[in-house]
Amino acid sequence: MDFGLTLEQRQFDDSLRAFLTDHLPMERLRALAEPGIGYDETLWRNLTELGLHGLLVPERFGGAGLGVLDAALAAEALGHAAAPVPFVGSIVMATLGFMNSATEAQQDEYLPQIAAGECRFAVALPSFAGQTGSASVQWAGSRLSGRVTGVADAGAATHFLVYLADGHAAVVAADAPGVSTRMHRSIDRTRPVVDVTFDGALAERLDAANAPLVAARRVLDTGRIMLAADTLGAAQRMLDAAVAFAKERVQFGRVIGSFQGLKYTLAECVTALEPCRAMVWYAAYAQDALPDEARLTACHAKAHLGDVGRDVARLTTEVHGGMGFTDLLGLHYWFKRISFNRQMLGGPERCREEAADVQGWKLHA
Amino acid sequence: MDLMLSEPYQALQAEIRDFIRHHGDKSPKVGGGRKRPDQKTLDWQKRLVEHGYAGRTIPKEYGGFGATPDVMAAAVIAGEFARANVYAGLTNQGISMLVPTLLEVGTEEQKRQYVGPTIRGDIIWCQGYSEPGNGSDLANAQTKAELRDGYWIVNGQKIWTSSAHYADMMFLLCRTEPDKSKHDGLSYLLLSMKSPGLEARPLKTMTGRSEFNEVFFTDVKVPETQIVLGRGKGWYVANVTLKHERLMIGDASKMTARLEQLISLLQTSEIDGVKLIGISEYRDRLLRLQGEVLAWKAHNLRLLTEAAQGIDSGVKRMIIKYGGTMLGFRLSSLAVDALGAAGLPYESLGEDAEDDDATTWNIDYMYDVGLMIGGGSTNIQKNIIGERGLDLPREPKVQGRA
Repeated sequence: MDFGLTLEQRQFDDSLRAFLTDHLPMERLRALAEPGIGYDETLWRNLTELGLHGLLVPERFGGAGLGVLDAALAAEALGHAAAPVPFVGSIVMATLGFMNSATEAQQDEYLPQIAAGECRFAVALPSFAGQTGSASVQWAGSRLSGRVTGVADAGAATHFLVYLADGHAAVVAADAPGVSTRMHRSIDRTRPVVDVTFDGALAERLDAANAPLVAARRVLDTGRIMLAADTLGAAQRMLDAAVAFAKERVQFGRVIGSFQGLKYTLAECVTALEPCRAMVWYAAYAQDALPDEARLTACHAKAHLGDVGRDVARLTTEVHGGMGFTDLLGLHYWFKRISFNRQMLGGPERCREEAADVQGWKLHA
Repeated sequence: MDLMLSEPYQALQAEIRDFIRHHGDKSPKVGGGRKRPDQKTLDWQKRLVEHGYAGRTIPKEYGGFGATPDVMAAAVIAGEFARANVYAGLTNQGISMLVPTLLEVGTEEQKRQYVGPTIRGDIIWCQGYSEPGNGSDLANAQTKAELRDGYWIVNGQKIWTSSAHYADMMFLLCRTEPDKSKHDGLSYLLLSMKSPGLEARPLKTMTGRSEFNEVFFTDVKVPETQIVLGRGKGWYVANVTLKHERLMIGDASKMTARLEQLISLLQTSEIDGVKLIGISEYRDRLLRLQGEVLAWKAHNLRLLTEAAQGIDSGVKRMIIKYGGTMLGFRLSSLAVDALGAAGLPYESLGEDAEDDDATTWNIDYMYDVGLMIGGGSTNIQKNIIGERGLDLPREPKVQGRA
């Protein structure tokens, strides 16, 4: 039994973090946050050097063929950097969508392009994702009609992978006739939300999954684990910043970290956050290795990180005092990143509802 | 990441399952209060030591099984006994604290005399650390021992001494060098609880039971040789004990077992004909706790792996006591709330008997508060996490006497 990371995983994690530190200093992050499209051409292209885009893509399609745990490590690093990269939608969820539901020919067409960073997918999920807003897309005669709001990672998408209520998926190009999008800068300026309207847009169905709804839920669950991992990275960044600040800032003639009140706040943060790392690892590993526990642990990881992330975000902002509330320090990018993650693909309440469902715990029974 | 057990541990697992299949019927009941082990428990303990499921790493010459320390093997053993709901052997302060301490710093004579009988359950120890005037500040112990004619003459008082009312022996932290500094003035003595002048008075707690004692010393005579390591070395010896304080491997499985009991309690209890698990307010609390227990279980697996690799887990380990006792209390709190008014009748039969389910949950609920306080209270834990874990500066020292 070995509950930990391999040497390769640690090296990949180190190089990704070092890359993000170099390429995304605070002034760059601010500049990218202004338009708020959640995408930067240079950053995206440079990340291909690390092989990030093909992380989950099987080797025969030009990827690295790694697992969900590897993807979770990358998500944590991206959250730590508050990186405007459409990672969850394109690199993780769309890739898995093709692997679970597409024919060999369809995989052969799209997966190499995903691995090369040439196409950027956004995933539009129907109501079973548990998001507020509207999500109703119909399929008729190879055409999509309807509207989905709150699509993530779609600020610079070249394609959409659209899930229907029965779990079937369809591919459509973002610039295809009958597809119109409206981007909103979100509370988290590192990632927008997009409303997509389909008006008889010609699309290609992915029909290879034996149980389409199961395959679709698997994509959803993996997306949720990625958001949990992103929150973990962002919350860790905030906690590290607060600890460093508490060792420097002097008030009443003392470094503020020597005050018990503040020390206890930080102790509570680390006590809540540190077990979350193992929880995310376990949930990610379960996606590939423990099918019986995969749904339950994904729902719980998303819900629990949503709650712990919010607490850590608030408390660490408070530790910074008035500076924490200003734009000047930039701490708010991580606060908002955590807030965004909480609401996407189902908030904690919804995810726990599904966890109850998985265990057959019915209301009013 | 690979949660499969490797071949030698699978073999150990199979061996334990075989042992439990053949001998499991002789196991005493799991759980129960703190009491002197009865003959059935002593027989079982002896069998466990013979097979290496207790006293596993104690050298053979001192009555143990003589295996190399291996946390993974320990976890497999703990896991298999928990899974089969079979008694996993005695856990007491003599076994978990005194034995490893003597093995490291005791004399050959002390090891031969005490280690074997302690791991077999024939000698029960209690720990004489806390005093009425110093709970958290252990090094400030004021109980005195003066050397006269080959004997230590002990005077003073200890408190929170669990099992003192049935223990045979005590390991005692006391002040022997009053002219030396706080930490250098302490010694570590081993003494019989039957010594004249020693009186243990049961200390009734909020559970209504007497889980602890106060111990009074009036000119208690202890042979000079009953000192561990030497005069003024008491603080060092006490810290050796702390160093051996291993991660409580059973913790996560205990937490899981408690969660399972809680789930079935919510599935069987009802209000107005509706099962509590079907009422969203109860169900939501249960789900939150389930998520936290899952995080805790995974965290324990991570610590276990690090311990097996000889990695110091640092702050990851320091959060265990604070986080674990809080989570435990919230689990028992939901149980008490699920029992509701029907769970209020409370008649504890004392530590020797089995209480009804409602009383047991209520005892846990209150005892969990004791666990938050004992062994370094929650606030002390937060200081440790902040100062040793996050490297935050200490509180400025208050000027005063040592």
